[in-house]
Amino acid sequence: MVLLGLLERGPGHGYELKAAHDEWFPSAKPLAFGQVYSTLARLARDGLVEAVETHQEGGPERTVYALTAEGQSALHQWLAEPEAPATYAADDLVRKTVTALRLGLDRARFLDRQHAAHMVLMRELTGERAQAAEPGARIALDHRLAHLDADLRWLQETRERMTRDGVAS
Amino acid sequence: MTETDVLAASGLQLSFGSTPALRGASIGVASGEPLALTGPSGSGKSTLLHCLAGVLLPDTGIVTFAGRRLDELSADERTRLRRRHIGLVLQFGQLVPELTAVENVALPLLLEGRTRRDAEQAARRWLEQLEVIDRADVRPPGMSGGEQQRVAIARALVTSPDVVLADEPTGSLDTVTGELALEVLVKATRETGAALVVVTHDHRVSAWMDREVVLRDGAVEPAS
Repeated sequence: MVLLGLLERGPGHGYELKAAHDEWFPSAKPLAFGQVYSTLARLARDGLVEAVETHQEGGPERTVYALTAEGQSALHQWLAEPEAPATYAADDLVRKTVTALRLGLDRARFLDRQHAAHMVLMRELTGERAQAAEPGARIALDHRLAHLDADLRWLQETRERMTRDGVAS
Repeated sequence: MTETDVLAASGLQLSFGSTPALRGASIGVASGEPLALTGPSGSGKSTLLHCLAGVLLPDTGIVTFAGRRLDELSADERTRLRRRHIGLVLQFGQLVPELTAVENVALPLLLEGRTRRDAEQAARRWLEQLEVIDRADVRPPGMSGGEQQRVAIARALVTSPDVVLADEPTGSLDTVTGELALEVLVKATRETGAALVVVTHDHRVSAWMDREVVLRDGAVEPAS
């Protein structure tokens, strides 16, 4: 769907789409070329994009793709539907924390270590974010920072709860 | 606390009536180091900051600035030291309500004997950096809380102090303005090699600093 979004701005070939994707999502794993081409082939098969031009200028052959009317409507439908909220109820952080608290092995130190580890990454991303000149690049980093912040607040509340209510057992 | 710390506190204890606020807190900050002082509410963060600034004197324990014990100075000497070497950003009511923004920021320079023209020029530069220059001729009661806070930050930085102490400096700012204020604080202190201590309960503010010291029940949590 993101590829359809990138093509909404105008036709482009695989390399341009990969570069634009990596610019939009600087913190994500860079898109592999193979993945771009196989996705484009699948989207073309489904009638969502079409090859509009093929040219070769000294380098490898490049096919320029454009969004079809059907592709545009699929994109707009995707954007109109809210994303299902992910609550991460059983991710590794929750699993480890619950296990540590239930077993009662040096709980405070466990929470401190986790807090410190989160802060290290948060500091790193905050630095990256301050360097990011382009506002679009900041948005993706903001999302990661907001999640780390939520984890940190949860760790803090967990600690406060431990102190106030006694510990989960 | 190490020998390179420009500002250090050791074993501070302070009670308000029968309520202990600090129970043996120790902390040190080196020149050029931005440090976050965090902890749950009521943990003693603001009290510790006020002790570091020499605004409060602890019942026991010592605070040193550049090796000099604050408790051995007279009240006047402490005020002078604060004016020359420490930039202070407090949560509430530190601007003079009768003075405009630019006069408030220029005030510490005037007290140091700079000419009005010089002082106001410097003040305007800081107001510009903090994007409140359009409020330069407004008095605090006519400003929003966020604008007042940025003026207070400008006033703390205008003297290029050796240490900047800030209590929740982004507390009444929205996220974007808060970031601008932090960026100016961190950049300005890094450039002049000043130490920076920021009291905050916000992890995103803390992440701007190189180090975090956690206060719990009036004492510093050992580093993990």
